[in-house]
Amino acid sequence: MKSNSESKDTVVGFLLALVLTAVPFLAVLYKLGSREAITAVIAASAIVQILVHLRFFLGIRLRKSAPENLYPLLFAVVLLVIMVGGTLWVMANMSYRMGH
Amino acid sequence: MTTEVSREDNLPNEAEFGFWLYLMSDAILFGLIFATYVVMVNNTAGGPTGDDLFSLNNLTIQTVLLLTSTLTIALGHQAAVSKNAGSAIFWLVVTCVLGAGFLAFELRELNDMVAREAGPGRSGFLTSFFTLVGTHGLHVTAGLLWALTMIAQLAIKGPTPPVASRLLRLTLFWHFLDIVWIGVFSVIYLPGLMG
Amino acid sequence: MRMTDLGWLGRLGIEALPLYSWVAVGGALVTVGAGAAVLLGLTISRQWGNFWSGWVTSLDHKRIGVMYIVLALIMLIRGFVDAIMIRLQQAIALNSEGYLPPEHFDQIFSSHGTIMIFFMAMPFMTGLINIIVPLQIGARDVAFPLLNSISFWLTASGAGLVLISLVIGRFSTAGWTGYPPYSGVEFTPGVGVDYWIWAVIISGVGTTMSGINFIVTILRKRAPGMKLMLMPMFVWTALCSSILMVFAFPALTVVTAMLSLDRTFGFHFFTNDAGGEAMNYMNLFWIWGHPEVYILILPAFGIFSEVVSTFSSKRLFGYPSLVYATAVIAILSFTVWLHHFFTMGAGANVNAVFGIATMVIGVPTGVKVFDWLFTMFRGRIRFETPILWTLSFMVLFVIGGMTGVLLAIPPVNFTTHNTTFLVAHFHNMIIPGVLFGYLAGYMYWFPKVFGFRLERKWGVWSFWLWTIGFMLAFLPLYWTGLRGMPRRMETYANAEWQPFLVLTFVGACLILCGIICLALQLWASVSKRSQLVDTTGDPWDARTLEWMTSSPPPVYNFAALPVVSERDAFHVAKQNGTHLKLEFDDSDIHLPRNSMIGVILGGASFCIGFGMIWYMWWLALLGLSATIAVIILRSFREDTEYSVSSQQIAFDVAERQGAQ
Repeated sequence: MKSNSESKDTVVGFLLALVLTAVPFLAVLYKLGSREAITAVIAASAIVQILVHLRFFLGIRLRKSAPENLYPLLFAVVLLVIMVGGTLWVMANMSYRMGH
Repeated sequence: MTTEVSREDNLPNEAEFGFWLYLMSDAILFGLIFATYVVMVNNTAGGPTGDDLFSLNNLTIQTVLLLTSTLTIALGHQAAVSKNAGSAIFWLVVTCVLGAGFLAFELRELNDMVAREAGPGRSGFLTSFFTLVGTHGLHVTAGLLWALTMIAQLAIKGPTPPVASRLLRLTLFWHFLDIVWIGVFSVIYLPGLMG
Repeated sequence: MRMTDLGWLGRLGIEALPLYSWVAVGGALVTVGAGAAVLLGLTISRQWGNFWSGWVTSLDHKRIGVMYIVLALIMLIRGFVDAIMIRLQQAIALNSEGYLPPEHFDQIFSSHGTIMIFFMAMPFMTGLINIIVPLQIGARDVAFPLLNSISFWLTASGAGLVLISLVIGRFSTAGWTGYPPYSGVEFTPGVGVDYWIWAVIISGVGTTMSGINFIVTILRKRAPGMKLMLMPMFVWTALCSSILMVFAFPALTVVTAMLSLDRTFGFHFFTNDAGGEAMNYMNLFWIWGHPEVYILILPAFGIFSEVVSTFSSKRLFGYPSLVYATAVIAILSFTVWLHHFFTMGAGANVNAVFGIATMVIGVPTGVKVFDWLFTMFRGRIRFETPILWTLSFMVLFVIGGMTGVLLAIPPVNFTTHNTTFLVAHFHNMIIPGVLFGYLAGYMYWFPKVFGFRLERKWGVWSFWLWTIGFMLAFLPLYWTGLRGMPRRMETYANAEWQPFLVLTFVGACLILCGIICLALQLWASVSKRSQLVDTTGDPWDARTLEWMTSSPPPVYNFAALPVVSERDAFHVAKQNGTHLKLEFDDSDIHLPRNSMIGVILGGASFCIGFGMIWYMWWLALLGLSATIAVIILRSFREDTEYSVSSQQIAFDVAERQGAQ
């Protein structure tokens, strides 16, 4: 394990995370744009920041990571899409049909 | 294929794999609480909304504290890997201070809400808010206890392979909690603050 | 009543005793009596030492597996008593009260379902996986032996909460699914639903940890050369089932914890007022609930595969298709949950998507049935008890599958929702599918664990009584369901249903005889064990690695690990008159020392549950503190293993060969 490159990764990841946190916070603070635009900025920053954390802190690489780490992660992502997406879809549909 | 894999080499790997699976299971747990929050976010039952309750200052302080602690714990783990127990202990202590600060701000915020009659029993929205933030907070608390244990183990045993493996798992856990926190401020606080 | 005004006993008082019905008093007395008898028996026969060091604190996967199965069989009896009481009530309750007060009847069907799913089927399955998977992959133990013991004791602690609810307080009346708003504190203020919640949460945590343990075991501890596509079918199904446990159980933990927050701390997840969303409960519950069905049945499919192949003396037909079918089922099982609540009010698009997904999942299951049939085709079938269960399964399960496809069609589902048609359907899947599978596994692997076979006669009797009893008990319920009978009726006014309900009671009585035959079989086999002894380690002329070692296996399973180069390698070696290549290694074998951590954590979690149920906050806090303290202290220990020297192993092997 080369700890030099690892500590470099950590610092780079930290700086990227700071930027990706600052962007949505400032967007909300100064109301930079419409509600929809800010929501899109928040969502995009969150997704990118999660990827940054996975890459720089948890050391996940699509090509290099051990299958023991990568496959459970991808499976969890698929299931989260199914479960969370399904829940929102089903409950929104129910809510709509109840006239809310 | 090498047959001379000793148990000492094998054990941490299995433990780390098992712990990774636990984290995935925990990710599902958080995902479902997030989904419930989104389902219930508008069920304010005539009570306060996020815009009435949340504070961007408080959120910024909490986020910076937790984000910095995820850097310091990584540095602590790297110190332990390079067999530098003193430095590892130092970074873990810093992590604990930052984590405790995060929890203090969180507790203050939740206490304020309860004092303003905006506790979890007020509405479906506040129920799901308290549960999601509280579940994350309980995880951070568990992480703090774990970090204190690791400080003791580093002091008593030094950075032996089992201790380093345990510290690696704690580091994974801590990074995972930071990822959940990204979800918390992006799904709960920032949209709530937009009104 | 404010929670803070309570004394140190919380809401526990003399009125907690079950004096509301003579049947409940009887049940409580039997429970206490049986518990006392066990304690007395251990004391009189001076077995406490053996019991403690040989079983309670043991980390040997085989012993933990046996404890799981003993727990499952005890809970099978308890759950069956509930079942036959339901059937008796419905047989006589036409225009009358029957013999059970309504509240007690509701407790009985709730505890029946809870026990059969969580404390009969789950431990039975976990026990079989525990015993067999390490042996089948040529490993010396599971990956995390201590975690294994903790999982068991958490399950036992949950079962203990269900059992004690019969004596102190009451059990839930909200069914095994605990739907709100009825299960909310407004409509069921007592302790019943809380008992259900905590029993389910505690055992669910244990199951999640078991799942992690089995996945790591299977992926990391296989014998040299055993690639994934060389693993026995049972190992594959155990792997897929474990993956489902890890990824589905969080949903159960979340939903029951939320219900508990509603009930205990006045939250509003599922309440009618203050912005609760009761329908989100059904949604979250079945996100766990549907995968759970496959968690239970996939390992049973694995057992059927092993049994069919062994007793047809043929290689398993279409092994790759069985593997892929299992994996596809595992993934699809996460996409069908809404079919449990088609009638809740979702739109046609939503219902259609989930209906189609449900029909799709029938396809890989059908593939499996054909694979088993082709395995038997032109085989020399030996009609030992395990394959009898398998044959019965294949016929009955296809019928159940057909009714499942019917239920997958939303308009049909609307007409049969919540009727006994549904009750018949899921019992048709779970009794022949799951339970017959586990019973086949029990009879198949019994000689491996105890060193002697179960005798055949009582086993065959049990098989016929269970099969015919099942058909009598459940096929009539399809009809009453189509004739509009709702499930869970304590009393009814439609005389047309009664003959069918009497028939189902007769069926339940036959199943009772089947259970008695199981007990007689065990008794007779233990008495005649010298005639039934298995000296070869391979009594069925079987194919997989667990039959390579002695019966019962030594604590380290294999003196030397086998080297595997093909599927059914053990069988191929036997055919060629050779032996499997072994990996000799002079180093000592490391095995886990006994540990009382598991039983301590089980006890602590029981305290947490009991304290939360009765509002004895100090007890819950005590349990939680003990749990944290024990985990932290344990993490400081290093000397958790002991060694078996190679001389000792060589001596063991020589002794066994001398004995033959």
